[in-house]
Amino acid sequence: MNGRRDIVIEVDELRRRYGEGDGFEAVRGVSFDVAEGELFALLGTNGAGKTSTMEILEGLAEPTAGQVRVFGRDPYAESATVRPRTGVMLQEGGFPSDLTAAEMTRMWAGITSNPGPLDEVLALVDLSHRADVPIRALSGGERRRLDLALAVLGRPAALFLDEPTTGLDPESRRKTWDLVRQLVDDGTTIVLTTHYLEEAEALANRLAIMHRGRIVTCGTPAEVAASHPSTISFEPLQGGALPQLPGVTVTTAAKRVVLHTQALQDTLTELLTWANTYGLKLENLHARSASIEEAFLAVAATDHEISEEVPA
Amino acid sequence: MSIDTTTRSTTRNTSSPARRRVMAMSAAELRLLLRNKTALFMVLAMPLLLVGALSVVAEDVGINLGVYLAGTLIGFVLLFVVYYNLVTTYVARREELVLKRLRTSEARDREVMLAGAVPSLAIAAAQIVLGVLGAVLLLDMGAPVNPLLVIVAVIAGSAVFVLLALVSTVFTRTTELAQVTTMPLMIVCLLLSGLTFPLDFLPDVAAGAARLLPLTPIVELTQLGLAGAVGEADPVGFPATFSEAVIPFVVLVLWLYLGVYGVRRWFRWDPRA
Repeated sequence: MNGRRDIVIEVDELRRRYGEGDGFEAVRGVSFDVAEGELFALLGTNGAGKTSTMEILEGLAEPTAGQVRVFGRDPYAESATVRPRTGVMLQEGGFPSDLTAAEMTRMWAGITSNPGPLDEVLALVDLSHRADVPIRALSGGERRRLDLALAVLGRPAALFLDEPTTGLDPESRRKTWDLVRQLVDDGTTIVLTTHYLEEAEALANRLAIMHRGRIVTCGTPAEVAASHPSTISFEPLQGGALPQLPGVTVTTAAKRVVLHTQALQDTLTELLTWANTYGLKLENLHARSASIEEAFLAVAATDHEISEEVPA
Repeated sequence: MSIDTTTRSTTRNTSSPARRRVMAMSAAELRLLLRNKTALFMVLAMPLLLVGALSVVAEDVGINLGVYLAGTLIGFVLLFVVYYNLVTTYVARREELVLKRLRTSEARDREVMLAGAVPSLAIAAAQIVLGVLGAVLLLDMGAPVNPLLVIVAVIAGSAVFVLLALVSTVFTRTTELAQVTTMPLMIVCLLLSGLTFPLDFLPDVAAGAARLLPLTPIVELTQLGLAGAVGEADPVGFPATFSEAVIPFVVLVLWLYLGVYGVRRWFRWDPRA
């Protein structure tokens, strides 16, 4: 899909272990590539290893094993050459609370090679009217926006956004999405982590779902969704067994019968025809096509290899 | 207001990107210091109050009062303005995740460390220059015998206490705890560096050990440079002060080495334990 574009970020068998020897391994062999101008989203439950992976891409930490390249260089060892081309939004701001938004922005401009105009960048995230307010008096959402402003201040070619919309109200989130889309349209390469599935669905060209330090599913939003079955569910019937439905898994719980199928329309047609023929009423019938949420929940539900680790 | 203009002009006029970055971070750090009343009191008033109190009590210190007070001022300034204040500053920035954020920027690690220290170092330098001038003009100290030794003592000594502050953040989890964690070094240095009383009063072994403390060589080099003698010893002339300075200088260099080693080995940018 992105065969013609240059690869900006390469992650190969990345591992990250905290502490010596048998410490907690937060990242366990992760590989992916991000092409120029692409937005790649990392999804996962808390503790899945998203931030641990991001910190290595950002050059804040060295991998325990494996290799990471950003613009073909090691972001940790060669940070002096990589940093002028990257922007980073950490999961938490890291602001001195006694500085104002404008003072913080000016300071950041002083340590950035080619900063854009300060008033412009604050206007970009709707903070112009709050420029002279001390950061301690800004709301969580405003701090998150200031954080984004600083990340894009140097007009980076690659941007790392760790949960950029956490704590934002719906309107600010929508505006952040617009800004992120604008950056992608301008050719910025972005890696983004998020808890919000709709955010990944709305923004990502490709996404990966991480779980317990590994990438479990990776592809375009459509591919990831399609890799998981659609779901039909209804309340259990009084008597009468279900017909034979090819390629369908049936689970019956106390209050719901759940069918998983790769061919939602076919299965649904057969089911409804059958119910019609026998005059049965399927109470509380739900049919849902495959979605990233399905994929995500399926991944979160699989808890393999948990005996050896106790996350902090 | 005045800070605004200096920041702008320095960021525009300096050519080296490293210097520009250090200036930008230092300017922000200075603002934060000026807005922190507790730190400001500690930095501006504490050394002067202590020296003032000593000048009242110290009737007969065995050496020229000006030399004695100039030496103690340098010691107090290094302990309170540089060491103590920087432990709390670095810990505050680490706990607020400011250090982590700065590490995602183009600033190099040592630039971040240096910039955090610049305002404190500038205030320390101003106090020392004024203190020594005051001793010369008001306390009849006379011109320094070897000013070079005083300058070396102050510059290398400042570097040692910046490094010791960075190392002390390793075992200081919060700014409040800095009051406790800085105490051992502060007390030992206050008592056993020849700062408040000459080391000659101690038994030889103890005096020898006290000469290995980080502040002792600074006090000795200062007194040697100002008066040509350490404590109550007979003053020597300009050339002989250099040979007298060798041992304290070596001790100081050793502390510099240990400080750099400690920072490289243990310093944490992240609050996570």
